[in-house]
Amino acid sequence: MRPFAYQRAADAPSAVAAVAADPRAVFLAGGTNLVDHLKLGVAAPSLVVDVSGLAVDEVEELPDGGLRIGAGTRNSDLAAHPLVRERYPLLSEALLSGASGQLRNVATTGGNLLQRTRCGYFRDTTVPCNKREPGSGCPALTGHNRYHAILGASRECVATHPSDMATALVALDATAVVLGVDGSRRVPVGELHRLPGDDPTRDTVLAHGDLITAVELPAPFGGRSRYRKVRDRASFAFALVSLAAAVRVRDGVIDDLRLVLGGVAHTPWRARHAEDALRGAAPTEGALRAAADAELLDAKALTGNAFKVPLARNALLSVLRDLTDIAPELEEDA
Amino acid sequence: MEADITLRVDGEERVVTVDTRTTLLDALRDRLGVTAPKKGCDHGQCGSCTVLVDGRREVSCLSLAVAKDGAEVVTAAGLVDADGPHPVQRAFVDNDALQCGFCTPGQVCSAVGVLAEAEAGWPSAVTAPGATPELTDAEIKERMSGNLCRCGAYPGIVAAVREVAG
Amino acid sequence: MTEQLTPVEIGRDRARFDGALKAEGAAPYAYDYPVEDPLYLWTVDSTIAKGRVAAIDASAAEATDGVVLVLTHDNAVRVSGDDLEYAVLQDPAVRFRGQVVAAVVATTPEVARAAAESVVVRYDQEPHSVTVRAEDLYRPEKVNAGFPTDTDTGDLDAAMASAAVTVDEGYVTARTHASPVEPHTTVATWTDADGFLVFESSQSAHGFRRVFSDVFEVPAERVRVIAPFVGGGFGSKGMPHAGAVVAMMAARALPGRPVKYAHTRRQMFRLVGYRPRAEQRVRLAADADGTLLGVGVDVVQESSVVKEYAEQSAMPARTMYAAPHRRTSHRLAALDVPVPSWMRAPGEAPGMFALESAMDELAHECGIDPIELRVLNEPAVDPDTGLPHSSRYLVRCLRAGADLFGWYHRDPRVRSRRQGPWLVGHGVAASTYPAYRQPNNTALVRFADGRYQVEIAAADIGTGAWTALNQIAADALGVPVDEVDLAIGDSALPVASVAGGSSGTASWGTAIVTAARQFREKFGSHPAEDDEVRADVPAPTVAEEFATHAHGAQFAEVHVHEDTGEIRVPRLYGVFDAGQVINPRTARSQLVGGMVMGMSMALHEDSVMDPALGHTANPDLADYHIPVNADVCDLRAEWLGIPDHRLNPMGSKGIGEIGITGTAAAIANAAFHATGVRVRELPITLDKFLG
Repeated sequence: MRPFAYQRAADAPSAVAAVAADPRAVFLAGGTNLVDHLKLGVAAPSLVVDVSGLAVDEVEELPDGGLRIGAGTRNSDLAAHPLVRERYPLLSEALLSGASGQLRNVATTGGNLLQRTRCGYFRDTTVPCNKREPGSGCPALTGHNRYHAILGASRECVATHPSDMATALVALDATAVVLGVDGSRRVPVGELHRLPGDDPTRDTVLAHGDLITAVELPAPFGGRSRYRKVRDRASFAFALVSLAAAVRVRDGVIDDLRLVLGGVAHTPWRARHAEDALRGAAPTEGALRAAADAELLDAKALTGNAFKVPLARNALLSVLRDLTDIAPELEEDA
Repeated sequence: MEADITLRVDGEERVVTVDTRTTLLDALRDRLGVTAPKKGCDHGQCGSCTVLVDGRREVSCLSLAVAKDGAEVVTAAGLVDADGPHPVQRAFVDNDALQCGFCTPGQVCSAVGVLAEAEAGWPSAVTAPGATPELTDAEIKERMSGNLCRCGAYPGIVAAVREVAG
Repeated sequence: MTEQLTPVEIGRDRARFDGALKAEGAAPYAYDYPVEDPLYLWTVDSTIAKGRVAAIDASAAEATDGVVLVLTHDNAVRVSGDDLEYAVLQDPAVRFRGQVVAAVVATTPEVARAAAESVVVRYDQEPHSVTVRAEDLYRPEKVNAGFPTDTDTGDLDAAMASAAVTVDEGYVTARTHASPVEPHTTVATWTDADGFLVFESSQSAHGFRRVFSDVFEVPAERVRVIAPFVGGGFGSKGMPHAGAVVAMMAARALPGRPVKYAHTRRQMFRLVGYRPRAEQRVRLAADADGTLLGVGVDVVQESSVVKEYAEQSAMPARTMYAAPHRRTSHRLAALDVPVPSWMRAPGEAPGMFALESAMDELAHECGIDPIELRVLNEPAVDPDTGLPHSSRYLVRCLRAGADLFGWYHRDPRVRSRRQGPWLVGHGVAASTYPAYRQPNNTALVRFADGRYQVEIAAADIGTGAWTALNQIAADALGVPVDEVDLAIGDSALPVASVAGGSSGTASWGTAIVTAARQFREKFGSHPAEDDEVRADVPAPTVAEEFATHAHGAQFAEVHVHEDTGEIRVPRLYGVFDAGQVINPRTARSQLVGGMVMGMSMALHEDSVMDPALGHTANPDLADYHIPVNADVCDLRAEWLGIPDHRLNPMGSKGIGEIGITGTAAAIANAAFHATGVRVRELPITLDKFLG
């Protein structure tokens, strides 16, 4: 861990100015990801600008019935917030399925959105990684890739985005409020993360020095929702596949729905093919299966993660059945 | 680069010089000689460094000490007061909720945090949406899952927390 | 027959005496000892698996404020002996990825780490071999614990050819790591008495002292190893590893300064031993009714070029069941991988997964209950040696466990039960572990201040020795436990064997009983101040007359999610024959802990070798999973409680390891019953049930 200067930010604009001015400066919020990366050598900043004292941890109602969440709001506080539990149970469930109690007490909303991949090769500075060192190669293509992407990956990078919260926020059509040197702007969370393409070093569309100051949720979607996380341990493990789902059924047809997969891509994966197939359709077993299959048509498995294709399909199916009260058909037909 | 910070540790105000790179855990252990919190993984994956910071349970290995200037830190050692050990500590001993004991100070701090969180009505991943949580075995297991115990004392840990939760 | 203690304290349920110290964070582990003016060591580890260090540029480290020493193979003290694991920093050769190639010592941990990270090492890399190939296999001279490599009785091939029913399957156990929560730690000082003072994570203060004395050519009496509290070991702290040697090299070079070194969690995956991956071919030949005619196990296992290690994985098949035709073998490949070593129940843990899975397959083939299959093949004498058993209660364990679990309600058909989306299955497997007692143990009993001081350099790695040995001493002296002051965990105390092989309590307890009896014979019941006896214990001879083993039966309920393959173990019950139990409360924890680790072996642990890079690709506790609290549900351990008078004065059998044996098979067998999918390669992860 190389020496670095530490600076406690007085306010958000000065924090942004300080980081923007130094290409090797970073923000520190909860620290659960950054301090981990400092130890691993994945991050080696010259300056750490601490925004954890900025008191941007309010959760307020918006006039349109939505919610504004200060970026410094701790994961545990957000998950336990009465308004979140009542109106956005999907978000609460997703938050509570992530990490551990001790980590959720520290991790912030903004930091959680920006947490970096858990790819073991990214986290090991003694091996090549295109995300850390462009052009060095990707050992995950043929190595340990159980946790890696089946959708939207590139030859350069097959890493997955690890956040449960982000997966739910995409399903909730949340918007990140971002402060940059040129002022504040709004970025839909669904457009915040980017696919690796030929530049896997960039996880998001944010520029150096951009600081997420808040996340806004639109008025509740209504209908029924579920965050389903499939993982190797019963708790405290990253998702193999997760699903943030919200479905609204009216008059026997699916009026609207949101389906976002986690653990399958470099971003939370909005399952638009499945959504499109089901929007306006009657929820039948056949329709659900066709939708799940449509979403995974383009899935590409690596050497060690082919199981994620049926897993994602089955997760979609079983959650959709639950949310639309469809009984599973007999297994002989499965 | 060094900085002087003040921490209130187990009820006592301590001024300590740290490197900006020093974690809260290393400040406690290497600089202040407070060795109740343990270093099991140093990456937030085992929970043995858990302490209470301003009343909340946190892993101390993923915080920079310099960012915790002014914080109130309570370790397992600080849970012992004039009346003796904390009820959680007594329950851990009675229920044999430990073997090698290395993860135990972190487990104990985590359990104290769990009791407070449940008291405050915080849900967990196994709480039914909208429901008020009660510390059933399933709730205790889920909430204590950030603290690994390689000796496998989990059944005793659950029994100990259940006993104190009442 | 050994003269038995009259149980008064023995068998009494007591809270562990060191419990409060641990719960209050006051028990000192190796790193926690306050030492004057310490220095901190950080290592530089190789980033290739095979080749040579061509050049080391440590100029940046040497120029860093606070750095006091950079150790490389050029300046490290020469060590002695032919154990290559300890020959660290002796030459430029790189024999596995992650080998220590340099170390930096500095006044703060932050400086040591940054300076070590600034060291630039250039390598001449050679192609490495990290996966087992058939052409590399060789036959080791013997396997761990000195057992024969191969055995062959009768004609297994003929039995397989003629039997009505056969099983011939391959089983794979993953590479696993002991992963105690306390990383291996050494705090070493070269003292002004020209010797070492070492605070160490050790399962054997005297064993470590012996190795350190040999490696550094320092007389043993000038080496002191202190380890009263050890944060778990599970075999990995049974012998020193390279990291301790590096820390002591630094201390030797910096007289008077304590050097502190704790392995990083990543290093725990490469420098402290691990259970090697093994493939076992199991062959069973039986009559139509399930009577075994033949048993065969052939083990193929990875080992290292640095040091040979062969787990005795075929051992259980030599002793568990009667059959006239028997053949076992062990073969190794020496690879460019980290040095494998002891992990809880070496041999028995992987061996019982394979054998007990195969027995379940045979029961299924024969259409008989798996418990009845085992009862049918219960041997009258030990099939391996022909000796009678000192005691053997496997059948009783099976029957008692079946009642406890509710086994007899089970519908034997696969996929016959479900709860909502979960397929439900029940499985059973036997457990076994040898009942050992080690030679070379000495205990001291002294009367002072109206109390009895009992000293032996035993180790409590979480086993409960602090409590159990106190209880044994109390009964041996005929006094209440609170009149006994026990001292353990220090090589300055009388010699004791390793906390390993589930032999600790039997070995140390026998020494304590011997010393106490001699003390009473010599001084009667009213000793004078400072009366003392130091007693050595003769080597045990029981194994010349009897086969000595503990047994058990484990029952698992497994749920497998029909859509996702997620697997859970809501119930896991074990009933064990462990002889006399010294302290039910701590004993239960030992057995439960073993079962949790067995469940972990079944469901979670998998150290993934990246063949291209030549190292473990998941070396942390977020990716290499061990169970969390939520993974462990209704888990019970019970025991028969029948003392074995032939073994030792307590009538006890070891309990540290038997709990991990058979667990993985019970779970795999239950998963088969739930789903119809037979998983023969651990761990049993959800992907094995998908597609």
